Amino acid sequence: MSGKYQKVAYYPGCALEGTGHAYDRSTKELGKALGLEIAELENWNCCGAMEVKNIDPKLQTYLSARNLSIAENMGFDTVMAPCNGCYHNLKKAEYDLAKDAASREVTDRLSRKAGHKTYEAGTVTTIHALDWIKEAIGEDGLKARVKNSLKGLKIANYYGCMYTRPRHIFPEKDRGPGSESTSKPHFMDDLLAAAGAECVEYPLKTACCGGAHTLSDCDTSTKLVLNLLTTAEACGADVIATECPTCHTGLEMHQVRAEKIFGKKTSVKILYFTQLLGMALGLSARRVGVRENLSDPSNLLRERGLG
Amino acid sequence: MPIHEKSLIRPENLITHEHLELDGVDVSGHWSTFIRSRAVTDYNEQMQEEIAALPGGEFIHRCWQCGSCTNACTVNAINPDYNPRYWIYLIRMGLEEELLRDKDIIWQCVSCNKCTYACPRDVNPEGVMKATTHWLELKGHTEKKPSMVFDETFSEQVFATGKIEDGRVLRQFFARTNQSLLQDWLVALVRGLVSRMPVGLLMKLGLATVFRPRTRGWAAASAAIAEYVDERKVADRRALGLDV
Repeated sequence: MSGKYQKVAYYPGCALEGTGHAYDRSTKELGKALGLEIAELENWNCCGAMEVKNIDPKLQTYLSARNLSIAENMGFDTVMAPCNGCYHNLKKAEYDLAKDAASREVTDRLSRKAGHKTYEAGTVTTIHALDWIKEAIGEDGLKARVKNSLKGLKIANYYGCMYTRPRHIFPEKDRGPGSESTSKPHFMDDLLAAAGAECVEYPLKTACCGGAHTLSDCDTSTKLVLNLLTTAEACGADVIATECPTCHTGLEMHQVRAEKIFGKKTSVKILYFTQLLGMALGLSARRVGVRENLSDPSNLLRERGLG
Repeated sequence: MPIHEKSLIRPENLITHEHLELDGVDVSGHWSTFIRSRAVTDYNEQMQEEIAALPGGEFIHRCWQCGSCTNACTVNAINPDYNPRYWIYLIRMGLEEELLRDKDIIWQCVSCNKCTYACPRDVNPEGVMKATTHWLELKGHTEKKPSMVFDETFSEQVFATGKIEDGRVLRQFFARTNQSLLQDWLVALVRGLVSRMPVGLLMKLGLATVFRPRTRGWAAASAAIAEYVDERKVADRRALGLDV
């Protein structure tokens, strides 16, 4: 244990209050079980997501910057965001505010009109829930705490798009041994392997689930998701581990849609990595919110003596 | 400047003659139209500048046509007609008529950012796809595409309350695009969920539709954002030479 990130600010974001509720619950339960403290940002707002970025990227920068300034006001230098979209946007805001004068100008103008301090780049570092567990506890720390090993569970780790792309907004990645890779991320693999799981070689770990058009271009999303699901099965996975509420919900939704519309049935289960780690630490399936997932993995979990 | 030629070997230029005799020779069959002029004369010289003026399009001028974007593209892998490299070429050359042939698929970019990751010139092709989609809509070449309706539905909620409630975004989007909420797959999904979900959470989600999640004291931010959005709208229309 490095002693790093023992207490961080927590930015759940809108999805974790809605469809990604299970991710919020399991993240909090995991933190509690590991003795890590999190403090939710007070009165946060939407990070801007992809939708506001599509209307105007500078507006998304402002929305994310407001959240960063809340973390600063609360006395934190690190904010942890489990949602890939939120994580990506806070990182992007950090980058744009440091490099782009026009983004700074808009954020400053809007912040002043909204009546709060303008966020200064470089004050708060944004980390993902994966960084949080990896740094604060690490593989050895996890191994020592595992009560219910994931032994025999074959997992395909799915990271999605926003965790690694575009690379310039993640200056801490691709820094050699120990750091995360943007072309072949491994933090989730490392953590789940430490919990006893067998992580399969999954070539689509950073492929796209079509989350941007999950409702507006359903057929494209279903095709992309079906590809992810069938490839995971071909790689021998029982479970796809996720680390993003949009990917997770997209996988679940389009798994059903692929069956109903295209007649293609797949049986691989979809669980948040926080749910898997939580169960490995001895938490029940209910505690980590498995019943709140859209798809039902209870048969598999029972079979493997988990939860 | 080189002479740009249109490809004439296209389905709509192929003519079939069941019985055609020319000077006593039977020439029935499929014919491509060789007679039409192939040389392009109607360049839209403003197109690159206009798209560069819209958010995301700023760096289109950097492109040197290596094709890394199309090679990396998620959508290209399922639809070979989806070709960011080619569209950037057309925009830069001002070949509007050719670009318009693909006007109804450009919005399908899934923003996976593989292109932006691969681009050696920092063109931000993902942004260019968004800017081009906006351009096509503003110029009246296309109607509002579903993704734009979704972005607007979502953003309106954020601007008004500081947050979104995803159930409400879904319902509004389906209503605005005239789709029924009673689609087979959606019904199956909700049924499965409700049968397993803890009652407490169901109540919480139900309450969220009545007491919508919102950021406290958001009015000032909301007003500032609305003002900025209006300002940008005017600027965008002006950059495209449209009435404001």
